[in-house]
Order: sequence, then C-alpha cells, then structure tokens
Amino acid sequence: MSTLHFDYLDRLEAEAIHILREVAGQFERPALLFSGGKDSIVLTRLAEKAFRPGRFPFPLVHVDTGHNFPEVLQFRDALAAELGEKLIVRSVEDTIKRQRLREPGGKFPSRNPLQTYTLLETIEEFQFDACIGGARRDEEKARAKERIFSVRDEFGQWDPKRQRPELWNVYNGRIQRGENVRVFPISNWTELDVWRYIQRENIALPSIYFGHPRTCVVLPSGQLLGLNEHLRLDATDEIVERQVRFRTVGDSTCTAAVESDAATIDDIIADLLSAKVSERGATRLDDNISEAGMEDRKRNGYF
Amino acid sequence: MDLLRFITCGSVDDGKSTLIGRLLYDSDSVSLDVLAALENRPTVHGTVDLALLTDGLRAEREQGITIDVAYKYFTTPRRKFIITDAPGHVQYTRNMVTGASTADLAIVLVDARQGVVEQTRRHSLIASLVGIRHFVLAVNKMDLVGNEQSVFDQIVADYAAVADQLKLPTVTAIPISALLGDNIVGRSKNLSWYQGPSLLEHLESVPAFEEASIAEPRFQVQFVIRPQTEDYPDYRGYAGRIQSGEYRRGDRVHILPSGQESVIEAIEVNQQEVESAAAPQAVVLRLTDDVDISRGDSIVPVGSQIHVAKEVEATICWMDERPLWPGRKLLVQHHSAVVKAVVSAITYKVNVRTFGRAATESAQLNDIVGIRLKTASPLVVDSYQHNRATGAFILVDELSGDTLAAGMVDAMQNSFVPEPLGFTI
Repeated sequence: MSTLHFDYLDRLEAEAIHILREVAGQFERPALLFSGGKDSIVLTRLAEKAFRPGRFPFPLVHVDTGHNFPEVLQFRDALAAELGEKLIVRSVEDTIKRQRLREPGGKFPSRNPLQTYTLLETIEEFQFDACIGGARRDEEKARAKERIFSVRDEFGQWDPKRQRPELWNVYNGRIQRGENVRVFPISNWTELDVWRYIQRENIALPSIYFGHPRTCVVLPSGQLLGLNEHLRLDATDEIVERQVRFRTVGDSTCTAAVESDAATIDDIIADLLSAKVSERGATRLDDNISEAGMEDRKRNGYF
Repeated sequence: MDLLRFITCGSVDDGKSTLIGRLLYDSDSVSLDVLAALENRPTVHGTVDLALLTDGLRAEREQGITIDVAYKYFTTPRRKFIITDAPGHVQYTRNMVTGASTADLAIVLVDARQGVVEQTRRHSLIASLVGIRHFVLAVNKMDLVGNEQSVFDQIVADYAAVADQLKLPTVTAIPISALLGDNIVGRSKNLSWYQGPSLLEHLESVPAFEEASIAEPRFQVQFVIRPQTEDYPDYRGYAGRIQSGEYRRGDRVHILPSGQESVIEAIEVNQQEVESAAAPQAVVLRLTDDVDISRGDSIVPVGSQIHVAKEVEATICWMDERPLWPGRKLLVQHHSAVVKAVVSAITYKVNVRTFGRAATESAQLNDIVGIRLKTASPLVVDSYQHNRATGAFILVDELSGDTLAAGMVDAMQNSFVPEPLGFTI
C-alpha cells in the first residue's frame, strides 16, 4: 500500500503526460501547435517531462497570423532554441497570397478565421497525422464537449455528432488516410489550474502576461485593445495610457487587455481568484459574435 | 487539494443540467459574461435558465436536451471537481458509459414526482458495471411534492431494492431542489426533516479514489525513450504511467507477455531518480538487463497475479450502429496494446430493466452483452472487478478506426499467471 499522495495538479500532469506519450506511440508524424501562449508553453514543459532525456518526437509548429505580439514571437524563438527542438513557422500572410484570400476588413481585422487555412495547408505540407493543441474544455461550451483525441476529416472538420466514445484513459487514434487527429492533453485543466502549474513549476512566460504600461484604444464595450499598426481607427476613438496585462495572446487585433498591476505569477493568481469575467469573455472579441461561434469554427477546421 | 470526478445521470427533464448549473452557480464558478449571455436568452420561468450552462451544441439548445457528454469544472476550498454531464436518452447510452468510465461517484437523479423509473435502473446498472463505488440518490424537485418526507422515504425504499440487486457499495440519498438550490450547497429550511449533508458537503467529504491503494503494481510501456546522443549513448527508458500500485527500485519484474525477467535499475520522474513511484504517476523505468521490450508490453513485479490470456470473457457495451454478430473480427485496444481478435461467441444480453440475462444472437447499438473474445496474441489482463485499469479495453473497427465497444474483462481463459523463471519448465 502506498503512502504517496497526489494532489489534483499531480493528477492533471500525469494525465497530460500519458496523453502526450500516447500521441508519440500511436502516430507517425505528430506536431505540437505552439503559439508562444501560456497553454502551449505548459505543453512544452509537459513534453519535457514525457520525453527527456530524449528529444520531442514532434516538431513545434506555429501558425503566425502576422498580427502577433512581438514580445511573444521573441519568446517563442528563444524557448524553441533553449529546448533544442525544431520549430516550424507558417504564416497566414503567405496563405492569403497563395490562395488569393481576401484580407479581413473592418476596424479590427482579425486574422483568426484565416488561421484555419494555414493550419490545413501546413498539415498537408508535412502530412501531420496528429496535432497537439493547448485548448481546454473550460474555455467555451463547444470545447467542453470535444474529446481529448478528436478525429477530423481531411478538411479538418469536427462533427460533434460523430465523435468516438472516449472510454477510461484508452485513447483511440486509429484513422484513415486523409484524416487527422487533434489532441488536447490539458482538456481537463482550467485557467486557474494552468496558472497554478506555472507557479509550481516556475515556468517563464512572455512579458505581456504581466502588468505593463501600454497605449490602448477604448472599445465601445469598455474593453481595452493594445494600439498596433493593424487597427483601422477613427479620429473619434479614445486613446489612453493604461497599466495592463493580457490573459491570452492571440491575434493582437482581437485580443483585449485587462487593467492590472500584477507583476508576478502570485499576483496574477490573486487577480484571477477575484476576477469575475471568463478568459475568453474578457479578452476575445471574436467569440461574442454568436452563441455558436466556437462550434461553427470547429466544424470548419479550427482548433 | 484532491480531485473528484463524478457523473450526473437521470432521465430527460429530471433537472440534471439545472443541477449542474446550480452547483456551478452557487459555488461561484460562473463568470459574469457567461451569465450575461444566458440572461440574453428567453426563458420559460423568467429567471436565468441554469441548464443552459451545460448545453453546448446548437442542436442541444434547439431541442433543449443534452446529446453529448460535457465536462464542467469547479473548485471549492476543499476539492477540485470534474463533472461529467451525460445525456439521459436511451439512444445515448454509449455516452453515459463514456462518462461513467472515468467517474469516482455517480449522482443518480430522480424526479420526486416520478420516483424510480426504468432510466434510473438503467443508469444505476451502467454506473455499477463500470465500477463506480459511490452513489448519490438525489431526489430532485422536492418543492413540487410539497417537500414531503414520505415521498422521499418511499423513493429511498424503492431504490434500496435496486441497490441491493446491483450490490452497490455505498448509496447516500439526499432530497433536493436544483431549481431553488435546496440542499445543494447549504442545507435547506424547506427540508428541515432531513438531517444529512447537503449535496456539496457530501461531494467534498466522500473519499477520492486512489489508484495507488490497489495493492498490485501494474505498468504498461507507452513509448521507449532512446536518445542515442553523446550524453546518452546507451540509454533505454520505458516510459509509461503506473496504472495501479507502487513500484520500487530494485523490484524484480516480469516483462509480459514475453515472460522475460529483469530488475528495476532506476525509476525516473521528470528526469530525477526516485526510490519509489505510484499510480497515477507518469514515469520512466530503466531495467538492469538489455531485454526486448516494446510499446504495449507490461512490466509487473515477479509474483503478480496478472494473467497472460489469449481468450477472455468480457461484458461489453456495443456502441456501433451496425450490430455485432459472432465471428466478427476486430481490434482490441488494451491501453497501449493493440491486438487482432475475433468475437467467438455472444453469451448473453443483459436486460436493463430486470438486470437478468437472456440468450441473444447479436448485439445492437447500446446493448450490454457478454462475449468471448479470442485474440491473435496474448493480452496481459486482470479482471475488471480486480483492477479497473488493466481490466478495461475498447473494441475498434480495423478499417474505419471507429470505437465499437467498451469492454470489461470478467474472466480469463486459456491463460497463465507468470511464475518466476526458476519454477517454470
């Protein structure tokens, strides 16, 4: 009888490592989708725990919207170099040119919807059969229903009615030619769990996660958007200087900042415990479009 | 802080989604923007419809029902909880099995006006089949029966017969109103005759499952780590998750199904060598001998009562639209081991109303049947009753890759228990 005791973070960690190793064991050409955001950074730490002293059995792949925060891109490159792992970057810009796509219009021209095109091109280019991502079920209602091993057809489409039953911790990644699997090792983690893990493991993050002064545009909703060259502002828009941090690091044209003085992980966790607005609600402009926003995008091949 | 996974099961309109919404709402786990989105939606009662917190797919919102398993999370100062919300409809039995397979506790929801119905029996059967130990009989909508104790007592007595038939280990009955929040987080004045814990108090205090407390150590290799670098020219580490029990450095072990013997030279957790490790830890084992080991092999201490079997009897829940007939060839996925197999016989079908067994020729979608399974190469298994980790498997269609069934090993045929080399002929 064991005297060892494991808390919930130990259990979530063990589950995620188990999932990563199943990917390595079941697929020939997996990839880890890496954005430089906190969730994908946590995935690289879990991959170290799963595969060291060996190398990762997959490259890191970043779909660069061209609207990323420069701090995040620097961090991405530095981390890949420090890990000594292969980083593949494919850009939405190139996809737009190659497929002659229309650039998103409007005031806040988010390239988030276009990421799917680049992702599917990249999957085809490298013949990836599994893509590991840092999505979590607590982020959104449609995500709450997706499996950990999620089979997609050759258009990357998710069919919620045809999901495979996922039993115990037996993960079935058997697919037919042309299909691929999206794998979500931290499905069962919440935003708070991720931060507590970052705290426990002392994981370094891009600076924009911490409170810093930034020039922002005030949106009609009251949300703050960091000023950048991609926004198409009107003369009447209110520009302010604020102490802010980001809770997620997506496309900078649709990722809002929150006012915060948080300088350390401890501060952020304290912030979170008192925060009353969900991560996506606080920071993503594109999910609020319709109640089925995420479900629709997933059906179309989005993560 | 530990972790408890539980499933909620009940018929349509028993108020399952409302109950989950209530737990999230009252434990302060719903953020303001999510509530605001709900408040924008028209409701029948004129109040926020908490059920909408869990219904994530468009078809679910349109039809007002739950189709697929949804996972929800909340934390109290005492525990982190993972809620599996499984649909109530008969046609979604496979989703209920899916949800129940990872749960430590089942909340069986009963409408106080309806009492124990066929669905209650079916859900209890499935939950007990997959080995859930803790049951909560939540008698909901007590407000609609005037909060009458006699109604509650009658339902508890009716359910006792079900629990008895299924030999459920522990059942705790709680009268609640999910809609009003009675006995969910705090105890309700409306039900002052009830002296027991509120639902949340009970969920916080029930012992969480510890895989390590199952005595026999089990480990299956997921991936072989061979860096072949200057620093690690000869390193061979067997990466996997301890499925049950505890491993110690120096343990004499069998590699199965081959039967080779070796000794654990080192146990690594995150590249640190440790003296011992236990389930559910993800570890790397290194052995003293250079033996042939690959993904799917088991490494267990010499003297383990595990079976190496080429034929098993199992209970399965059939999950495919096309029925199963004897003679069907398919794949068995036993965690990281995948072997070809044939269903040589379907021995019985479980009647989900009476729990009795009857002969059957085939298994239809959602049927629970007994089968005999012959495998092309041996499985290293325990009975599910003995070990929930190593007694579980899924059946997979070789061509489409679809998951066809959830399986639980009942007995091993044509098998042997490995003995130390010195004793074999």
